[in-house]
Amino acid sequence: MMVSSLYWRKTRSLTLVLLGFWVVITFGFAWFARDLNEFSLFGFPLGFYMAAQGTLVIYLFLIWIYNRRMRQLEEEFGIDDE
Amino acid sequence: MPGGLTRLQRYYLLYTGGFIAFVAALALLEEHGMPPRWIGYSFLIFTISMYAVIGIMSRTSDVSEFYVAGRRVPAFFNGMATGADWMSAASFIGLAGTLFLSGYQGLAFVLGWTGGFVLVALLLAPYLRRFGEYTIPDFLGARYGGNAIRLVAVAAAILASFVYVVAQIYGVGVITSRFVSLQFEIGVFVGLAGILVCSFLGGMRAVTWTQVAQYVILIIAYITPVAILSWSVTGNPVPQVVYGQVLQQVGQLENKLFDSPAEKDVRRLYQERADEYAQKIMQLPNSLILEREQLTSRINELKASDAQMKDIVTLERQRRDLPHDPEQARLRWEAAMYASAERAAPPVHHAAAFPADEANGGWAQRINFMALVFCLTVGTAALPHVLMRYYTTPSVREARESVFWSLLFILLLYMTAPAYAVFVKHEVFTHLVDIPIAKLPGWVAAWSKVGLVSIEDINRDGILQLAELSLNPDVIVLATPEIAGMPYVVSGLVAAGGLAAALSTADGLLLTITSALSHDVYYRIFRPESSTQFRLVISKSMLLVVAVLAATVAAQKPGTILSMVAWAFSIAASAFFPALVLGIFWRRATRAGALAGMLIGLSITLYYIFRVEFDGIPWLGVSNLRMEPWFHLQSTSAGVLGVVAGFVSIVAVSLFTRHPDTGATAFLDGIRRSRQGGQ
Repeated sequence: MMVSSLYWRKTRSLTLVLLGFWVVITFGFAWFARDLNEFSLFGFPLGFYMAAQGTLVIYLFLIWIYNRRMRQLEEEFGIDDE
Repeated sequence: MPGGLTRLQRYYLLYTGGFIAFVAALALLEEHGMPPRWIGYSFLIFTISMYAVIGIMSRTSDVSEFYVAGRRVPAFFNGMATGADWMSAASFIGLAGTLFLSGYQGLAFVLGWTGGFVLVALLLAPYLRRFGEYTIPDFLGARYGGNAIRLVAVAAAILASFVYVVAQIYGVGVITSRFVSLQFEIGVFVGLAGILVCSFLGGMRAVTWTQVAQYVILIIAYITPVAILSWSVTGNPVPQVVYGQVLQQVGQLENKLFDSPAEKDVRRLYQERADEYAQKIMQLPNSLILEREQLTSRINELKASDAQMKDIVTLERQRRDLPHDPEQARLRWEAAMYASAERAAPPVHHAAAFPADEANGGWAQRINFMALVFCLTVGTAALPHVLMRYYTTPSVREARESVFWSLLFILLLYMTAPAYAVFVKHEVFTHLVDIPIAKLPGWVAAWSKVGLVSIEDINRDGILQLAELSLNPDVIVLATPEIAGMPYVVSGLVAAGGLAAALSTADGLLLTITSALSHDVYYRIFRPESSTQFRLVISKSMLLVVAVLAATVAAQKPGTILSMVAWAFSIAASAFFPALVLGIFWRRATRAGALAGMLIGLSITLYYIFRVEFDGIPWLGVSNLRMEPWFHLQSTSAGVLGVVAGFVSIVAVSLFTRHPDTGATAFLDGIRRSRQGGQ
């Protein structure tokens, strides 16, 4: 009954790792925003910058990594949808 | 077809060029004296007829085309369409204003509305696409089996989408009535026509291709004014890059302004006024009687002393306008007290995070920020009209890639909005504050008339202090072209962009409601044997009914509609997210568990919103229901409680019920591709 292939296990651990990363950057930067504001980046207070731009760019990057890794996995396991 | 992609790109490039040429031509005509009203009309007619042409060109009578655009939308274009689908009138008109007013605190919206797409990419989009049916209730029905879960999902989808669509149509009414001076109710029905020309004839297929066109217009319209502003302030037309230095200047201006004696004086006067109201409220009902008596005696005095008739009439009107009973007086005075107290509060630096916590050493503001980010994120990953878009790509891989494109196209707007707010703040601080009231620019009076700007010279020094100015968030985007003295054609462009944002979102939502009713309820539950042709007839008539219903509600101008939109995120999050995610990632989740989770999550969210926001139901005679919020949590973040409760109840109930049947196992192996060489 619990036939669970390597492809799915790898997908799942990739998902978990990226999700963990997502939680840390989303709530971490926001939680410490006041302390981060002591520093500055490109003329912005750092806490403000992370919420207005930095985190968003990391979001995009996370999705890009996921897509790239999933393409590799699909090739590796010969999975071809439709 | 491999050549189709480039052909599509060529079409849209041509269309974008055409639109820019159209704007340039109007700018030229304005130079030669074309009246603003005609510019407004030109934008309205040109854009809506473009959408109509696309809608007619993509008309269809095929079920798969109608619900999922034939699953032929390339990742890039699906990303654009999702961008337009996602960015509503609230994002376009309201976000920059919210950021203007609340600075760092407003960034919760930016984070939440973009972070959700990471969840969509990792947890949902590939699996929905691999499943490959038509709706979200379809997915839940197939995973858990049975009609009960499908019905709950339909109800939640309609609940979350309907208020949202009403708000979009309301937005259309606001824009058309401001910019082409149509009557609000007529504007609403113009919007209705604009929505129906796309969705009625061609369903998802037409909506998709119109949304791509609408994305182009909305992003041009959003970035143009702030790029011009950026160019004039810093000499660099890329606002996102240079606003850091403008933010520093704003910070310096804030330091100078906040502590100036005149500002402090104004804030003190507002504080006194707020205290006066507090006093009067405490001494009700005597204070009301006293006030009426005072007015009466003054009127009598004046009458006895042969005073001007005009003064007497003014005082009599004041007496007439007094609250009729103590209850009404309490409500009215409380509102006035809060408004004054708000103006009396020391202003906050734009970039300061959680200033209220810093002042009183608490956690409330930080917790609410986190909770709001959480709700908006999870809500984004659970709103059916967004998730539905990922059914329309040709393959699973393209579904994944289209989430990337979606976020990229959405970021273009969400990274501009904070810059927008900072540039307008700079403009207001340098060209509005400390200016003699008689010399204020014309737009202040124009927008005061519609009640979006208000000015009161409380210290009577004839000069505008920051605390004497109050701006409605919507005015920031709508009036920026005028604030910065740009030609009217930019205002028209902004109106066309707002219209595109509202119409595209309304299209997507309307289609979600329609397919929930016609596909899930009628076809799946009542008449599985009905012919495809008849299913389409049902869909189209549902579409018409729902659209007219939504426009009718919007025409009533429901006042609370904008806060209701924020609740839609919490509702969708708590109803769908736990059931969808556990359905994909946890084999053990059972039908009973999912049903319990959806119902409990939804009920807790609704219960919390209701208890915190409303005091009673007049027509049921229930009152005194209002409760203190738990953990200082605002009602817009009610979804936190609902989502957590949803997850907990799914797990708990699933563990107490029998393992899911083989159908669910086969379904899971299918969408996970976890059986080697499966399917």
